[in-house]
Amino acid sequence: MFRFALRRSAWAIPTLLLVTFLVYIALRMGTDPLASYMRSNPRATHTKIEQYKKLNGLGSNYVTGYFSWLKNFVTFNWPRSIKGSREVWPELKDAIANSARLGIAATAVGVSVGLGIGIFAALRPGGKRDVAVNTVAFVGISVPPYISAILLQLVFAVYWSKWFGNSLFPTSGVYPPGQDGFDLVLMIKHMALPTVVVAIQVIAVYSRYMRSSLLDVLNSDYMRTARSKGLSEFRILMRHGVRNALIPVITIAALDIGAIVGGLIITENIFDYPGTGKYFLSAFGNGDFPLLMPLMVIIVASVLLFNLLADISYAVLDPRIRLD
Amino acid sequence: MQFLIRGFVLIDEPLVSLSPRQMAWRRFAGHKAALICTAILSFLVLAVIVSPLTARYGVNQSVKAPPNSYLPPSKLAWLGTDDIGRDLYSRLIYGTRVSLLIGLFSAFISVFVGCVVGAVAGFRGGRFDDVVMRITDLFLAFPFLVALLVVRNMFGSIKWLTYIIGDVSSLRFIIFLLSFFGWMGVARIVRGQVLALKEREFIEAARASGASRAYIIKRHLLPNSIGPIMVALTFSVVGAISGEATLSFFGYGPQPGAGATSLGLLVGQAKGAVQTGFWWIALFPCLVLVVISLCINFIGDALRDATDPRMDAGK
Repeated sequence: MFRFALRRSAWAIPTLLLVTFLVYIALRMGTDPLASYMRSNPRATHTKIEQYKKLNGLGSNYVTGYFSWLKNFVTFNWPRSIKGSREVWPELKDAIANSARLGIAATAVGVSVGLGIGIFAALRPGGKRDVAVNTVAFVGISVPPYISAILLQLVFAVYWSKWFGNSLFPTSGVYPPGQDGFDLVLMIKHMALPTVVVAIQVIAVYSRYMRSSLLDVLNSDYMRTARSKGLSEFRILMRHGVRNALIPVITIAALDIGAIVGGLIITENIFDYPGTGKYFLSAFGNGDFPLLMPLMVIIVASVLLFNLLADISYAVLDPRIRLD
Repeated sequence: MQFLIRGFVLIDEPLVSLSPRQMAWRRFAGHKAALICTAILSFLVLAVIVSPLTARYGVNQSVKAPPNSYLPPSKLAWLGTDDIGRDLYSRLIYGTRVSLLIGLFSAFISVFVGCVVGAVAGFRGGRFDDVVMRITDLFLAFPFLVALLVVRNMFGSIKWLTYIIGDVSSLRFIIFLLSFFGWMGVARIVRGQVLALKEREFIEAARASGASRAYIIKRHLLPNSIGPIMVALTFSVVGAISGEATLSFFGYGPQPGAGATSLGLLVGQAKGAVQTGFWWIALFPCLVLVVISLCINFIGDALRDATDPRMDAGK
């Protein structure tokens, strides 16, 4: 078991290097970092430009350029952003913290509700509530996050204040302008709508996974054995049914990180929420190579990490799986 | 009239034999929601095909002389007008046409490429299979929008490629870009299907009688996976339409020439309309997009149920 985990982890490092190399090439071709630097800093001196090229590894061909960028990256000698020459790490850190808060809240709400209604639907397949859950899941999948965001904004922010005089949930930011310091109530109010938007997607996906997984389990032989042993229905469902049905769901959950991050990017942008999504799109719009590369490294690393976790959790949770 | 004995009960019904396709069709027809969705979708597609007849104004035509911006829905403009007084209803029809075109073309390309790659990977196995599936996994796990934007700019910067697939804002480019990401999901489905089929006796028989690999794939493996492929096709169409809409929403979509529009562009205008309270600008394009993807999703789901032979159990 331990050796399996070790071997898989060892593979992750060359993969990370390879993928970041590809991202480096794609970004260098796509954003044209030198031209966007000149565009944002038209009066930059020759030495400034040379320094910028050196720090980002832009002077030479792709391979040597990548390695000189990598050297600066791992030694924390990060170049400053193109626009405004800001430090990258403090900005990135804040963005990730904000996104993580939103992402964890949405995932927690989404997964618990999704699993709950998935179980609820699987108990009576083909019944009324099964059909209802199925329909809700379908609508959830078919409504893209930007549309549910717009409709929620329209109802709760714009029309609510028209009908009832006060706006229930604000539509943008983490705090109202001028607020400094921590305020839990305000924060929750600001996070409510974006959380719901991301959670809708999660609920739609997980209720379907859970339903089909639990149906498979409920039809298996050991369920009959458990019943013939005289266990209570609730105990059968929880100990033998749900527990086994969760194995594939957890694996899929770990692989779904990309979808959740993608949903976050869209949602944050509509709600003007200062997370990685806003960070990415504004940096991408400016062709800001120094801001983009660290974010991409973190995205790639987290995708690989969660892939790894999926593999390992699958092996740990299901003793029927033989490794090697 | 033949009598059939099931168990001990005499059943008074003639014995009809159905081909797999007929059986699939019967199951599909039994799915009420899917039938309704098919009807709605065909109606939409028809209305969009004959768009010069169904649209009341031209794409760029204003409904009347100014002041004509942001008129609420009325007899003059059924779904209201936009910022420069153009009829939203007519623009929706033209926009849906562009979006469906993008969706269908890139879905067909994705499915074609996905079938070839998936079948070859599943049938040959080995190194090729490993590499293709690793790439597919990685791309599928990556946040879609990030990958889409980065690759879009990369393709746009390659000079010789833009001669073939057009500029970043052309329809051809968007179709190419969406197909570039679309084939992977299909390849994975087809590969799984081929892996299950290739151990079956009839493939062994074909191989024993000297059929070549390409022949087996073409004549046996792909026709036997037609159900999952059809399902993948429907989901590819939805994926491409919403991909285009997402790109357009953030301003990286196609700019169809001469003031033409697409669903994504129309939905993108909704973003600004929320704060000002012009609800029709936000509501109707979103509604059309949701109805289209909901219908195609339902049809895809019914197709999956209809073509999956396991569904026969217990019936």
